[in-house]
Amino acid sequence: MPQVTLTVNGTSHTVEVEGRTLLVELLRENLRLTGTHIGCDTSQCGACVVHVNGDSVKSCTMLALQADGAEVTTIEGLAKPDGTLHPMQEAFREYHALQCGFCTPGMVMSAIDLVQKHPQGLSEKEIREGLEGNLCRCTGYHNIVKAIAAAQEVMHGRRAELAPAAE
Amino acid sequence: MYDFAYHKPTSVADAVKILSADPDARPISGGQTLLPALKHRLNKPTAVVDLSGIAELKGIRRDGDKLIIGALAKHHEVAENAEVKAAIPALAQMAGTIGDTQVRNRGTIGGSVSNNDPAADYPAAVLGLGATVVTDKRRIAADDFFQGMFTTALEPGELLVAIEFPIPEKAGYAKMRNPASRYVMAGAFVAKTKSGVRVAINGAGPCVFRQADMEKALTANWSPDAVAGIQQSADGLNGDIHGSAEYRAHLVTVMAKRALANAG
Repeated sequence: MPQVTLTVNGTSHTVEVEGRTLLVELLRENLRLTGTHIGCDTSQCGACVVHVNGDSVKSCTMLALQADGAEVTTIEGLAKPDGTLHPMQEAFREYHALQCGFCTPGMVMSAIDLVQKHPQGLSEKEIREGLEGNLCRCTGYHNIVKAIAAAQEVMHGRRAELAPAAE
Repeated sequence: MYDFAYHKPTSVADAVKILSADPDARPISGGQTLLPALKHRLNKPTAVVDLSGIAELKGIRRDGDKLIIGALAKHHEVAENAEVKAAIPALAQMAGTIGDTQVRNRGTIGGSVSNNDPAADYPAAVLGLGATVVTDKRRIAADDFFQGMFTTALEPGELLVAIEFPIPEKAGYAKMRNPASRYVMAGAFVAKTKSGVRVAINGAGPCVFRQADMEKALTANWSPDAVAGIQQSADGLNGDIHGSAEYRAHLVTVMAKRALANAG
């Protein structure tokens, strides 16, 4: 079987896969990184979003072999080793930006890419448009948008700490 | 998905050799259309040939009055490229509205144009600007390239290498998206070029097409008012649960007006 060598959350792995193995299958089944979810499996819902070489992609719509040599970051790679959450994760918790939680890993990964690519800051409308590739079937978008708006202030260094959610 | 062999050649010649030797091998770049099709087992290739390692297919550059975009240019690259924004802002704007962020981070112009989905965006720009499709074997005018639903002039084993866009005086694009799938229900790309006015309609019919009545009217008077009274015939247009052929025909005029407003 062909082999793929890739770096996932800073650790290099060499894995034997089939030609048809998807990146999300490699992550979940070979590496047991089950934080990346498979939702629709038709490239629409965004539950499987991870970063490949710094860009958010749907890992259900990429062959594992296409990630050969790539740097991949999954939801498991965000928090610091001591458990300190990434500012985006912290914001999702503070702003109650999840209900069932199924879409959350993909939402967080898409949101981080969105914020990183817009250092000038994003308006509410731009955040909503930027989330076009992620579906939340609890329809919890409102708090997700608030969380991202708050997280970007911390990620761009405009605030030292996350603004607390309104009571 | 059925299993297949995976090849990653580093030159166009090697890719063409593999594709020519095996008629059931398929090229893949971003895979944003091919992989979903393979999951549905709509297609059973013996091998996929990953083009992403071929340097000859990459790059965006301006050459005099032309903009040359390599087949592997991703949608987000076209949307953000300074040369594209300066030369053909309507093309950059279009690229920034294809699919969603994650699709734009993987999908390529060569894949979209080769696939010729009736609801794709790029074919409207290629036809509307009168671009030239460059393959490993020849140069094909846009007017000869798009031949029908998912059908192009590409022969088996022939690879799209780049697209040469003549830089227009003015160009604009507008589309109506299906509110759920976000695919194009009807779109219009209008351009005022050195070789005349061109209007390409996508989404509405089985294949992108030129709207001759609008081209004639706009040649005399480049303004949204000039096309406002032109009714596209519904004959042969797509009708489905999302909209009738008559609805799409109506949208064609509305989108052409908006495209002209966008073009300025």
